[in-house]
Amino acid sequence: MRNDIDIAKLIGDFTRGSVAAAARLITIVEDGGAAAETVMDAVFPLAKGAYRVGFTGPPGAGKSSLVYALARLFRRKGRELGIIAVDPTSPFSGGALLGDRIRMQNLADDPGVFVRSLASRGSLGGISNCTDEVADLLDAFGKNLVFIETVGVGQSELEIAEKAHTVVVILVPESGDGVQAMKAGLMEIGDIFVMNKADHPDAIGAARVLEDTLRIKDIPPGSWMPPVVLASALKGEGIEEIAARIEEHRRHLEGCGLLEAKRRRVLHSRVRDALMDRMERRIWDNSDIRSMIESKMEEVYAGRVSPSRLVRELEEYFTGTLKL
Amino acid sequence: MKKKKAAGIDEAKERWERAFAGEPVQEIDFTTVSAEPVEPLYTGDDVAAFDYMRDLGFPGDYPFTRGVYPTMYRGRFWTMRQFSGFGTPRDTNGRYHYLLDHGQTGLSVAFDMPTIMGYDSDHPRAEGEVGRCGVAIDSLRDMEILFDGIDLSKITTSMTINAPASILLAFYLCAGEKKGARFDQMGGTIQNDILKEYIAQKSWIFPPEPSMRLITDILAFCADHVPKWNTISISGYHIREAGSTAVQELAFTLADGFAYVEAGIAAGLDVDVFAPRLSFFFNAHLDFFEEIAKYRAARRIWAKRMREKYGAKDPRSWLCRFHTQTAGCTLTAQQPENNIVRTAFQGLSAVLGGTQSLHTNSMDETLALPSEKAVRIALRTQQLIAHETGVINTIDPLAGSYFVEAKTREMEEQAEAYFRKVDELGGVVKAIEAGFFQREIGRSAYEYQKAVEREKKIVVGVNRFQIEGEKIEIPILKIDPEVEIEQRNAVRKVRADRDNDKAARELARLPEAARGGDNLMKVILDCARCYCTEGEIIDGLKGVFGEYQEPAVF
Amino acid sequence: MARKIRVLIAKPGLDGHDRGAKVVANALRDAGMEVIYTGLHQTPEMIAESAIQEDVDVVGMSILSGAHMTMFPRVMELLKQKGAAYIKIVGGGIVPEEDVGKLEALGVAKVFGPGTDTRNIVDFIEKSCAHTA
Repeated sequence: MRNDIDIAKLIGDFTRGSVAAAARLITIVEDGGAAAETVMDAVFPLAKGAYRVGFTGPPGAGKSSLVYALARLFRRKGRELGIIAVDPTSPFSGGALLGDRIRMQNLADDPGVFVRSLASRGSLGGISNCTDEVADLLDAFGKNLVFIETVGVGQSELEIAEKAHTVVVILVPESGDGVQAMKAGLMEIGDIFVMNKADHPDAIGAARVLEDTLRIKDIPPGSWMPPVVLASALKGEGIEEIAARIEEHRRHLEGCGLLEAKRRRVLHSRVRDALMDRMERRIWDNSDIRSMIESKMEEVYAGRVSPSRLVRELEEYFTGTLKL
Repeated sequence: MKKKKAAGIDEAKERWERAFAGEPVQEIDFTTVSAEPVEPLYTGDDVAAFDYMRDLGFPGDYPFTRGVYPTMYRGRFWTMRQFSGFGTPRDTNGRYHYLLDHGQTGLSVAFDMPTIMGYDSDHPRAEGEVGRCGVAIDSLRDMEILFDGIDLSKITTSMTINAPASILLAFYLCAGEKKGARFDQMGGTIQNDILKEYIAQKSWIFPPEPSMRLITDILAFCADHVPKWNTISISGYHIREAGSTAVQELAFTLADGFAYVEAGIAAGLDVDVFAPRLSFFFNAHLDFFEEIAKYRAARRIWAKRMREKYGAKDPRSWLCRFHTQTAGCTLTAQQPENNIVRTAFQGLSAVLGGTQSLHTNSMDETLALPSEKAVRIALRTQQLIAHETGVINTIDPLAGSYFVEAKTREMEEQAEAYFRKVDELGGVVKAIEAGFFQREIGRSAYEYQKAVEREKKIVVGVNRFQIEGEKIEIPILKIDPEVEIEQRNAVRKVRADRDNDKAARELARLPEAARGGDNLMKVILDCARCYCTEGEIIDGLKGVFGEYQEPAVF
Repeated sequence: MARKIRVLIAKPGLDGHDRGAKVVANALRDAGMEVIYTGLHQTPEMIAESAIQEDVDVVGMSILSGAHMTMFPRVMELLKQKGAAYIKIVGGGIVPEEDVGKLEALGVAKVFGPGTDTRNIVDFIEKSCAHTA
């Protein structure tokens, strides 16, 4: 079955609700290449505009437990849920241990939830390169709410802002000096801040410091003021409030037209990124170009030709001779 | 130890060191199974700071390094207590009579997974699991059958049960009561060590907080009503089986012990009221001397902490009494007869380490539960140690050995470093939430596996001295699938035959009792007496306490 | 880039001994595979559903509680029902010789007994997945 890349059949099964087909399409998309593009060509138009919530924060903050608790709550409200859980790929072996399902015990046989674990596969951001596409797939599959849970290290906090409509930043009181230790960037992208492990003695204090810091930010009137919510994922406290804030943020984005604006901006940068990727590959996959570059590099190594001059020469070659 | 050195000893040592360096050494890893380096020779230099009264003392006297009792095995052998259970209560009752007839001196109950996890034999989650790795006990009725023909006022029983310990204890006490024994006559142990479940054995039901409450309720109840009962068997066995090193086993077990003491004190109990009934359960693993040092270090550490830190005044509170089991994880499926020898060495180290009670594994346990023949050999192993080797003639024979004393001291210091780490993390429960113990254990387990695969650690019959195309030819115990059907019918019959109004009334008291501060043992005993099942009682508590979710730790 | 092999490592039933499962999960990760670990106390339904959603090549189940003759067939049956019979099943734990034969006859690709070198498990999985790479 692994060899059977009959994409048309898979897509047919997918539209008829086959979980196995959806899962296989996700794998094809993850692996990239021409097959992935064929899949996305067919699937993208089927997406209905699922709402995407990103979850990020330092490791050990309890993201998985929180995602699980929120998932159960939204399921009770009748939402169809997709969960993308990203874990880091080992830079040494290229393998990955994906453990987010451990915290998702009672969702495993709920047909209304589709959980997919992705390895970051060397993506510098710590989030998978195909997160958008996988979210589109889950959307097209009928999930009207997609959770994206990130690694929590590297730049993934910032990338998540481009993948999700609402970004939930999860912290714990012992995240070391709370606000100071937070990466610059997290403060900017968080739409909702959650102080998890609310029963910790320092929790309320840490939440207050966070609130003060957020208030200092220059937020124009009418804009969204990120709330700080105290929660205990393990005890099930604060979950209702987080869910309510997510809905509130969504209404805010819709009301200001920001939802549509963001959607367009994200699609624009997706096209741009994919285009850059493709152009880059066209150059580097071309062995003639590569050997030409290597031979001309000697001039640069010898110090006779500057890098920028070489690049100008190459550009002329591409446009003139190769008609790239 | 003479402070003044004998003339010429330093020169002689240097001569030996030169001679040693001048000879080829084997291409072997000279480390313990825990990867701790071992010197080729130990001398007085290694125990220079040694002080007999401070570091050893006398048997039965602080700090108990040499043994918890003044007479040790001259007064009484360790209890020969083989862990056993399988199938129906009737099946296990048969095995108990067999073992008692063959000279076993105490009973030890192994329960099946549904019982361990709080499910009745007819629960959907119990399917395929009833009676397979222990005996199925659903109600007081089963407990009565299990001990049919056995006088519970005259024999002690250890029950390996944790999350539902309160219930199985209630069943046991009621079973004895029905046979005319009084609670204050009955002696035994419940493992009841929930902290190590989160860390290693992983048979939990409720989250940590309500679990600790159940434990302190048991401590209080037994102190008043079942004075001979060992209320917690603070365990390192499972931590070791999960892959920890010897020091981790020592440190994590004692850390759990300290946490229980603190919980008992926080619950308003006088430490000298419950501490004398705390006991321990250690592993007897491969490295002979490392294990002996471990047991001696355990006694010394516990005594010091109980007296100095927790202010216990009763000397019985300072005692680290322990049961030992030989290491199941070291047994091989290949050439199973070798397991008899492994078990013998391991059992011997436990005895030289001063254990109060011992279980020796059977040779076929990597393949199945022990057959009669295999468990008889295991029991004989203990009897051979007791009656033929002569090691029991004198107390703590290895005291004064340069190596053993240095190693005992070294392990004590390494354990103390772990205690500091746990304190930094905010205590055992916080450390569990942070995944600290689980990560340490997982790492040790993985490193050991790699060491075996690289042949830095030898496993005879597996990565050395293998037999090509080996055929295993020993009889294996098989559990009849009928057991599950029989047990399911039995529990349904119990529910049908009992006074259901009464049972329902007692069960209805559980949620309120759980929410309030009363001692839960009372209502659990009342439920037990009217044949409420384990699953029913657990469900009553689950509604209030909730269920534990494991963290993602590798 | 060679396709990543995806493996689901599951602990079915009530058995809480996860040392072996975690050691194998780590070894497979070190061999470059993507390993989804389900955690403890999985029902056959949970395992089958997870295997399908994660589109794994292999499901590895570790059972030490003696419940293997119930668990393995149930998981395989569920996978078949859901159209995923192509997923290879391997297992480990405490499984007596004669049950190994029965399980392999039912379609379990391999049962790895105690003392198995993890490199053998890696090799076996790589070879099983090679023809579909």
